[in-house]
Amino acid sequence: MKRSAIEPSGVPGKAAESGPLLRGREITQRWGGLIAVNQVSLEIARGSVHAVIGTNGAGKSTLVNILSGELAPTSGRVELMGQDVTGWSQPRRARAGLGRSYQRNTIYSSFSVLENCRLAAQARMPKPWAWWQDAQGCTHSTAAAHEAAERAGLAEVLDSKAGLLSHGQKRQLEIAMCLATAPQVLLLDEPLAGMGAEETERMLALLVDLKARHGILLVEHDMDAVFRVADCITVMVNGSVIASGTPDFVRQSPEVQVAYLGEQDLEQI
Amino acid sequence: MKPKVVFVLASFVALALYPLVAASFGIDLITKVMIFSIVALSLELLVGGTGLVCFGQAAFFGIGAYVAVLLSPQDGPASVAWLLPAAMLAAAGYAMAVGALSLRTRGVYFIMVTLAFAQMAYYVVHDTPLGGGTDGIYLMMKPVLGERIDLDRPIILYFFTLFALILVFGFLSLLLRSRFGRALAGIRVNEQRMRATGFETYPYKLAAFTISGAIAGLGGFLFAVKDGFVNPELMSWHFSGSVLIMVILGGIGHLRGALIGAFAFAFLQEVFQSEAIFGAFAKHWHLGLGLAIIASVATLPNGLVGLPAQIRDRLIGRSSRRAQAEGMRG
Repeated sequence: MKRSAIEPSGVPGKAAESGPLLRGREITQRWGGLIAVNQVSLEIARGSVHAVIGTNGAGKSTLVNILSGELAPTSGRVELMGQDVTGWSQPRRARAGLGRSYQRNTIYSSFSVLENCRLAAQARMPKPWAWWQDAQGCTHSTAAAHEAAERAGLAEVLDSKAGLLSHGQKRQLEIAMCLATAPQVLLLDEPLAGMGAEETERMLALLVDLKARHGILLVEHDMDAVFRVADCITVMVNGSVIASGTPDFVRQSPEVQVAYLGEQDLEQI
Repeated sequence: MKPKVVFVLASFVALALYPLVAASFGIDLITKVMIFSIVALSLELLVGGTGLVCFGQAAFFGIGAYVAVLLSPQDGPASVAWLLPAAMLAAAGYAMAVGALSLRTRGVYFIMVTLAFAQMAYYVVHDTPLGGGTDGIYLMMKPVLGERIDLDRPIILYFFTLFALILVFGFLSLLLRSRFGRALAGIRVNEQRMRATGFETYPYKLAAFTISGAIAGLGGFLFAVKDGFVNPELMSWHFSGSVLIMVILGGIGHLRGALIGAFAFAFLQEVFQSEAIFGAFAKHWHLGLGLAIIASVATLPNGLVGLPAQIRDRLIGRSSRRAQAEGMRG
């Protein structure tokens, strides 16, 4: 059987087989007197979507930045497939199987869809810097790019300039670029931001499809979407976790209801 | 064949045929412009290829020139076979040291740090006996390659420079199409994304910076050989600025833009310096040149390379507006 060019791979530690793919332990981030993230612990397992919700300024994006290696935490620990990666750089974590997308589009607008994905796939090649090798002639990264774009639903627009895609397609391309790096875990920061109803449905179907092979951390403001796809939800307020569990548990949590509706509104209900 | 490939090939053929019709002044001038083209190409790798606006290219150029002169023996010609690599290696070494420190900064800080390092190099040759101070140093014996290639002969130097220009252009074309080049393009557009994808961007930028320094050093070597003289002005920030203007004038993001920019800059310089055209005002040629560059940057957002597309768009826009107006009348 032909092996997928973007089959998740990485450098699993001993706990990789049984334990969660990604684990954050008591992560704290201080900015002077402000505690942006306070003692947050969470786990992401393969085959699940773990959503992190909260109001603006709750510390969700900071948490994603710490997990992805873009920020070094003040304290706490990040484990990827059982291995402590807290001191690893962001590129090293990415090569070890941690893919992330951003709130804003970070695609290469002047490149085609295929080129965007191929460049991402190139990062996992043995010699991504090979100056003597034509980038377009690399069959492995081209195959990975095709597969990633196809899985993200962009097979029809492979040769289109990324900058000319619709907003929804650009968000799909963000995910396709993550997939091209053959990640184990996907950290998706507001992938539904600015999408219309049809585009949201398409993206949710994609997330459900991706869940089978990856562990997904989803930061999202669209509550309907979160409660539809998430297996576990963590609610953050002012940098701290106030509730974490299944969607039903979170829905019933009085703390979450107070945080989202306010005590007065809750009394009226 | 793509029009841009045809343009580049035609340009190189024209340069190869030019000595058939040119006088010695013309050969000397075009040799100088080809050297500037090489330096502009080296900067284009940084500015257009990697998104690094370096304001210290003159240092690498000057180091190449000074090394060529300082290492040349007094009693006989040096061989190009070792003198040229030595000049390029010295420039590349300095570029690597400057890059290793300056690439830790970004944006305007990067521009300023590269400028500061270039000024350091400038003052080393300006204020120490090593570089002969403001008087500079003469290259007594110009280097040779075997018995046939004597760079003391202007026509030989012309073709040697043309050959170097073609090599640099070809090398950079291949480099920018390679995996390494695509990674540089990715860094130019969004470095944060490249890191999130798994690229350690710093070594890529440092490699580009070092290659750029080596190529600028090649330009410096050729310039020293052409003039037979070097002085600190080769390393001044004015020259760094001029090379940056060449790249902007031609059009950032295109190798052929660097070529066009270098030729356009030299052409404008010659025109504004011409007493036959400007009379007594020719003394103030910097003013005319500056105004012309401001006008071209303001009217050509994509540089001279983008001019044909700009004209085409304007013509298409005009004809579609006319068709629209006729449709409304109809």
